[in-house]
This record gives sequence, structure tokens and C-alpha cells, in this order.
Amino acid sequence: MIEPASVPPDTTAAAAAGEGDRPLLAIRRRQLRETAIEVAVTAVALTGIAAVVLIFVFVGREALPLFTSEEARQETDLARMFLAQTWREGRAATFTWQPVSDVPKYSMIPLFVGTLKVTFVAMAVAAPVGIAAAVFASEFAPRRLREVLKPTIELLAGIPSVVIGFFALLVMATFLQDTFGFSFRLNAVVAGVALALTVVPVIFTVSEDALTAVPRAYREASLALGATRWETAFRVVLPAAAPGVLAAVVLGFGRSIGETMIVLMASGNAAITSLSLGDSVRTLPATIAAEMGEVVFGGAHYSVLFFIGVELFLFTFVLNTLATTFVRRLVRRMSGTAA
Amino acid sequence: MSVATRKAAGAGLSAITGAAALVVVLMLAIILVDVVRGGAARVSWEFLSAAPEEGMMAGGIFPAIYGTFVMTLMMTVAVLPVGVLTAVYLHEYAPPASRMAAAVRVAVANLAGVPSIVFGLFGLGFFIQFVGAGLDGAFSEPGTITYGKPALIWAALTLAILTLPVVIVATEEALRAVPREHRDASLALGATRSQTLGRVILPQALPGILTGAILAVARGAGEVAPILFTGVAYFLPDLPDGPWSQFMHLGYHVYVLATQSPDVEATRPLLYATVFVLLALTFALNLVAIAIRTRTRQKAAAGH
Repeated sequence: MIEPASVPPDTTAAAAAGEGDRPLLAIRRRQLRETAIEVAVTAVALTGIAAVVLIFVFVGREALPLFTSEEARQETDLARMFLAQTWREGRAATFTWQPVSDVPKYSMIPLFVGTLKVTFVAMAVAAPVGIAAAVFASEFAPRRLREVLKPTIELLAGIPSVVIGFFALLVMATFLQDTFGFSFRLNAVVAGVALALTVVPVIFTVSEDALTAVPRAYREASLALGATRWETAFRVVLPAAAPGVLAAVVLGFGRSIGETMIVLMASGNAAITSLSLGDSVRTLPATIAAEMGEVVFGGAHYSVLFFIGVELFLFTFVLNTLATTFVRRLVRRMSGTAA
Repeated sequence: MSVATRKAAGAGLSAITGAAALVVVLMLAIILVDVVRGGAARVSWEFLSAAPEEGMMAGGIFPAIYGTFVMTLMMTVAVLPVGVLTAVYLHEYAPPASRMAAAVRVAVANLAGVPSIVFGLFGLGFFIQFVGAGLDGAFSEPGTITYGKPALIWAALTLAILTLPVVIVATEEALRAVPREHRDASLALGATRSQTLGRVILPQALPGILTGAILAVARGAGEVAPILFTGVAYFLPDLPDGPWSQFMHLGYHVYVLATQSPDVEATRPLLYATVFVLLALTFALNLVAIAIRTRTRQKAAAGH
């Protein structure tokens, strides 16, 4: 039998095969080692699952006193966090976030409204721009241009959010105020537009993947029937890729709800319950970031901030699951037609 | 509609999509030009090598560069083996239609979507309040806290979990690009699965794994929210003297200079210069990663 010269001694089970009892032992040892490696690799792979579970458990654990501790429940509870409260006799009930005061007020509603306003602006800008850019890259751009465009937009995703926050705070805020005449320099529009810069790459990348996954046969059939290129792009390819594009929007939505540094720097951080986009806003993540440094460890305020963390975790979990379902639907649709 | 109007409308619509792409690229360019114009001239050797002075209104940013570097290094050491082995499990070891592999994929996809601030809460609740406090209970003298407080290592581990999906996705893509025939050939020659993995598959997947590592480093170096409560210091001119001390961080330094300065105009040049350094660092890393990935993809496409 011919031995390859480069095989190290410990792997030459084949060579050992002619030497009596030793091969069996060697083979068994080899099998044992293979099994051990497989078990180890499998065990390491469980880290991802463990991480998600641990995040939920340990963020939840610090929020638990809101439900179990008498002391924390004197300051706030679920009803007071979500329903309007009358803080002074004879005044109308209000939603107020004012954790540092004689009577701490922990209404989540101003934070929800703030988060939704910023997210609304971000999505209103990022969804059309991201999807249109993806359609351009996959349907209209020459191959050369596409190969430059994709990495360039990926580079935008590589800018740290604190840098975008800095840019929004120093440059965009002034520009937008001069253009639209906002009475507050930092507001939902500034934070939302800045946020759109981080959401666009997400929507672009996922949509582009979905669009390129549409089989060439679709385009060829459409063109053969006399449709123009844009009719093919907008009436055939885009509808076919719709679940993937929807997934892109959902993922972008999740991203913009959870983004912290940009809104912390560019939103003004005032917890106001109003519908005006020109008002300063305070979002859920920015509240955690801004206030965690000043809380009493283990106190009600501390637990409320962790409770916000649980909410954010659950929101993004639901959105991610939704996006995964959409992508799976797209894959099934595409594979069904290919067969 | 006549063919001419249909074509004209189509050209208009296509132009709009092109404009959208252009807007995105322009925004990137505007940010870059602004940061380079405002910051490049202010960056000097002294700025890079000196500690901040006069309440951060003067001096350099060396402690922040050093802190970012050491933390990112610790993070990479923690995340790389776990991420690569997870990808190896998913692509090489998991049986087809494995329930566990599906569960790992769902978990990783969700991990990638968890807001960064929630990682910060997790680092505080798990690493500091649970693991650190536990270590203190076991090893520290009663009444002293050595481990259960913000520290370099807790920040690094928190970021390691945040960047885990980045490494897994990049490595899996690289494994997918290794042709099936190479595995079959190796196994047919009598190599075991682990030998095939270590001597045939992983060496070929190395550029992709490197891409994942670089992207993770770029992400880890730029994230601020997860380290806010787990280890970063507002001002600490002395370098951290071990994994249990706090550290300064470039991204957090940008945040502090941009929002906490008593004199905005006076800090502006320093702020711009710091942003320039941070952006140059993350951008260089991203560019390298993209370059490697483009080459790997071309090679993979040529091989099939």
C-alpha cells in the first residue's frame, strides 16, 4: 500500500492495520477522540441559546422587585406605569415620567410616545430610501456600480452609533432647525433622521438579498410578455420579494426601537407626551442609559429601568420572530417555483 | 398607455431609485468629509500619546485608545473560539434537519436583534451583580468588593456576547464557500472528521473567519451603550492595571465630550479629533473586512 509522505504518524491508522492487536485499540481511541470533539463542539454551540435565555432571566431578575417587593410596590406598580394618574387633588390625570422627585412618577407612556415618534420619523425616511436603493442595486444598476454600491452602504452600517449621534448633535440639528424652524433644537425629527442613517443599511441589505433571490425566470417571462424594465421591477420582482422586503422593514423597526446612543445625544431627552414631532423626546433606551448612573442599586427606580429593558427585549424578540417567519415564507415561495 | 409614455414613466421611476441610492452614499460622504475636515488637522502625536488634561479641555486621548484596544482584544479572545465552533457545529456537525441547530439559529438571530442597551443591563445584572458578587462572596474579604463592580473584563465579556452573531454568520459563510469535494476527498483518504476540519476546512475558511473577527472588533470598538454600566470610566488618566479595573473608551469619550462639556466651543476641536480617530479605526477595520470578503466571494463563485 502506498503511504502519502506527508501524513503524520498518529493518523496512519491504515498503516497500523497490518500490525496485529494495536489497530483495534488505535481505531477505538480515534473514535473516542472524534466523539469527544463532536460533543465539545456541540456544547459550545449551546452558548448562543444560553446567552438569550440568560439575558432574559437576568434582566428580568433585577426587574422582579416591582412585583414582589413591598418597598418597590409602594413607589410604583403596573397600573401606575401604564394608566393616567392624578398626582394632585382636583387636577386632571396625567402620564408623567419624573423618577427623581418627592413623589416619584414612573409613567411609561411618555417614553412609549417618544420612542414611537422617533421610530416613526426614522422609518418614514429609511424604509422608502432603503427599499428604493435596494431596487436600484438589484434591478437597474450596472454590475460594476452594484459592486461598489453594496460595500459602500455596508460601510455606513460600520459607523459607530456614537459618531452618528455626534454628527446629529453638532451638524444635523442646526441644519434641520434652520430649514424647518423648530423651536427646540433637539427633537424627534433630528433623532429620527439620524436614526434613519443606521436603519437604511439594515433595510437595504435585507431587501437586496430578497430581490436577488427572485429567480431570473420571473424577469425573463415578464420582459418576454412585453413589460418594460421598471414594470418588471415594480410589478413582478418587488411583489415576489415582498415577504423579504417586509422582513427588512420589521428588522429596521426593531433596530430603531432599540438604538440608544443616537437618541440619547440628539433627541433632547425631555419626557413629554405630545404628538408634535418638533418637541424634544425621551425614548425607552435613552432613559435607561441616562438614568442608570444615578439610581440607588436595588431601589424602585433601578427596577423600573430593568423593566424597560425587559420590554425592549420582548419587543425586539417579537419583531425578530416576525421577520424570520416572513423570510421563511419567501424562501418557501421561491423554492416552490424553482421546482 | 403608449410605449413611449410607459418608457418615460419607467425612466423616471428608475431615476428615483437611483437618487435614493445616491442620497445614502452622499450622507456617508458628508459625514466623512465633516469629520475629516474638523478633526484631521488636530490629530498629532501628542494628541494620540498624552492623557487628557484640564478637565478634558486639553491634552490627548491615549488612555481612551489604550482602553479601547485592551478591551477589544479581551473581547476577541473570548468571542472568537465560541463563535467559530458554533459555526462549525451548525455547518459541519449538526445532522440535517437537526432541532438543536434550528434552535441555535433562532437564538443567534434573536441575539443579533437585542438592543445594545439591553446587553448593558445584562452585563450589570449577570456579570457584575451575579458572577462578580458571587466571586466576592467566595474570595474577597468580607466588606470589600473586588469583582462585583464595573471592570474591563465585564465590559469585554458583555461585548463578546453582543458580537457573537457577527462571528458566527461570517464563519458560516466562509464554511459554506469550502467546496464539498474537498471534504469528500479528505474523508475518502481516511482522515477523520476532526482532521478534515482542522487541516482542510478551517485553513480554507480562514479569510472568512478573519473577516468575522475584524467585523466583531470594529463593532466592539464602536459600541458604547453596553459598556456604560459595565466598565467604562468618565475620566481616568492612569491606564487600567488589570482586568478588574475600569478603563476609558474612545466611543464613550466622544459621548462625554459631545454632551457633558461645560464649554462646547472650546471642546469642539478635541471632540472632532477624537471622532476622527474612532472613525478612522472602525473604518479601516471595516474596509479590510469588506476587501477580504469580496475576494473570498469571488473565489467561491469561481470555484463552483
